[in-house]
Amino acid sequence: MSDGSSRDPTEAIRAERIVKRFGSVTALAGVSMQVRRGETLGILGDNGAGKSTLIKILTGYHQPTEGQLFVDGKTVQLGSVDEARGHGIECVYQDLALVNGLSIYHNMFLKRELLWGGPLRLLDHREMRRRAADALAEIGVNIPSVEMAVGALSGGQRQAIAVARAVYSNARILLLDEPLAAMGAREAGQIIDLIERLKQRGDIAIVMIAHNYAQTLEICDRIMLMQHGEVTFESASATTSPAELLEIVRREYRAARVS
Amino acid sequence: MKNMLGRAQALLLRPEASVVIVSAALILYFELANSNFISHANIETLSQFVAAPVIIASGEIMLLICREIDLSVGQVFALAPFIMGIGLSAGLPAPLAILLALLVSALIGLAIGLITIGLSVPSFITTLGMLFLVNGATLTISRGFPANMPDDATLTAVMGGWGYAEILWAVAVVGIMHIVLRHLRWGLHTVAIGGNIVAAGEAGVAINRIKVGNFVLTSTLGGFAGLLEAFRVGSADPLAGGSNIMFLGVASGVIGGTAIAGGEGTIVGGLVGGIMLGVLQDGFTLQGINAFTFNIIIGAAILLAMVANIHLARWRRGGNPA
Repeated sequence: MSDGSSRDPTEAIRAERIVKRFGSVTALAGVSMQVRRGETLGILGDNGAGKSTLIKILTGYHQPTEGQLFVDGKTVQLGSVDEARGHGIECVYQDLALVNGLSIYHNMFLKRELLWGGPLRLLDHREMRRRAADALAEIGVNIPSVEMAVGALSGGQRQAIAVARAVYSNARILLLDEPLAAMGAREAGQIIDLIERLKQRGDIAIVMIAHNYAQTLEICDRIMLMQHGEVTFESASATTSPAELLEIVRREYRAARVS
Repeated sequence: MKNMLGRAQALLLRPEASVVIVSAALILYFELANSNFISHANIETLSQFVAAPVIIASGEIMLLICREIDLSVGQVFALAPFIMGIGLSAGLPAPLAILLALLVSALIGLAIGLITIGLSVPSFITTLGMLFLVNGATLTISRGFPANMPDDATLTAVMGGWGYAEILWAVAVVGIMHIVLRHLRWGLHTVAIGGNIVAAGEAGVAINRIKVGNFVLTSTLGGFAGLLEAFRVGSADPLAGGSNIMFLGVASGVIGGTAIAGGEGTIVGGLVGGIMLGVLQDGFTLQGINAFTFNIIIGAAILLAMVANIHLARWRRGGNPA
């Protein structure tokens, strides 16, 4: 399985038996997963189930204690955020990784600024403004001016900026950490539309962490349930109901109480 | 028309603008109260008083923006001329001796940065320790006595001997550091770190490198300002600079709108803040105010300016102060 020969040609990223320990705490106890291009995988689970740790390993923020990662069927070591980005992996974190005091375009280009002036390597503010506005327009996000400070935007707008930034940087594997958390119905609707538009492009694999079962089943093609650092259930959204998921979680909860 | 008014209001609300207006009013007041204020001799004195704090502010502002501070920069200020002296007595030509002094200053900044970042010590503590350490080194090297400076007339003139040399250096430093802050990635990343360190880290900003770099920068600028001062005065004084000049530098930055909590600030603000402090100090000196009362007035002025700026900043952000 782990050699490239028998791989699915549409596979974008695969993790095999990932273990992550922080000192004596085991955050992930052998997690395997796979996502194809154009597919959206939802990862569900309670706080502390290991969802965020898994995402941080896929983005190169943490390194796995054991296990292997494959991008396009090839083994990769993601030693840093920059390395993961080199493989087309982009993440929109729960905190959105936005700097409130900086403008929209500075946020969109943070760490991949456009430069001019040859060896002087000066920031090309004008070009960054122009391209940021274009990138937002392309994915259908309406903001009056890219010079606005991010701190002045609504939660939905901030989320859209973070997604636009990831897409603009040619993300082929887009990781979304709780994209709908703390969002009103209308804002959540805008983000769901945005994810739909990205899915229709067909070239991006999306991995989404979420809490809300019904919403996740609606948005994602496939879901994966994590509990105590392990994957306890996996299935296609079309054949799964929120009630079924809830029952699995309850069963687990009762079992934990008995033991 | 409404748009123009809005723009004028936005400009006036910029911290630099309010400080410029207050400084202009102070200059007018001192000139009316004492006609010698706008005289060639006094402008020269004022420029010399302003130069060192402004150079130091240019470094401290970078540190404050990324939520750090260097309390020991005034001691590096005093040490640098003595390091140059060591270079000279070892037979180095003066320009190389100057470079040696700057290099040692930079290394002190590097040590501060590595201790602060590597051992996760707040820079307030690291640099407090460094303050005593460097001061002790200066006193040991100098044995507590002032030392002569090289008698190269041209070099001395360029390095601060000529009346306006020091302020020209300060303006050049401000110009360069303004470009670093506003037009280089270094500056953008410094602001990002101060604004949201987690976000900066997740975006891949090299937080440690930037912070250590800003410590090196501040120490080097402190050493440079100390060299200029020694050349101007004509001797190296082991008691020069110290915490006084460091606080003047930090106060210049904060008066000019740099947020003490990080994430925002301007180098030009440090220049106008330094000028305002200089005008106050110089003006009251000309008026012959008692030295004891003098510090009360300066202290109150600094407090007032900082409080005003914090509230102006809130106003700018949130619309109405009321």
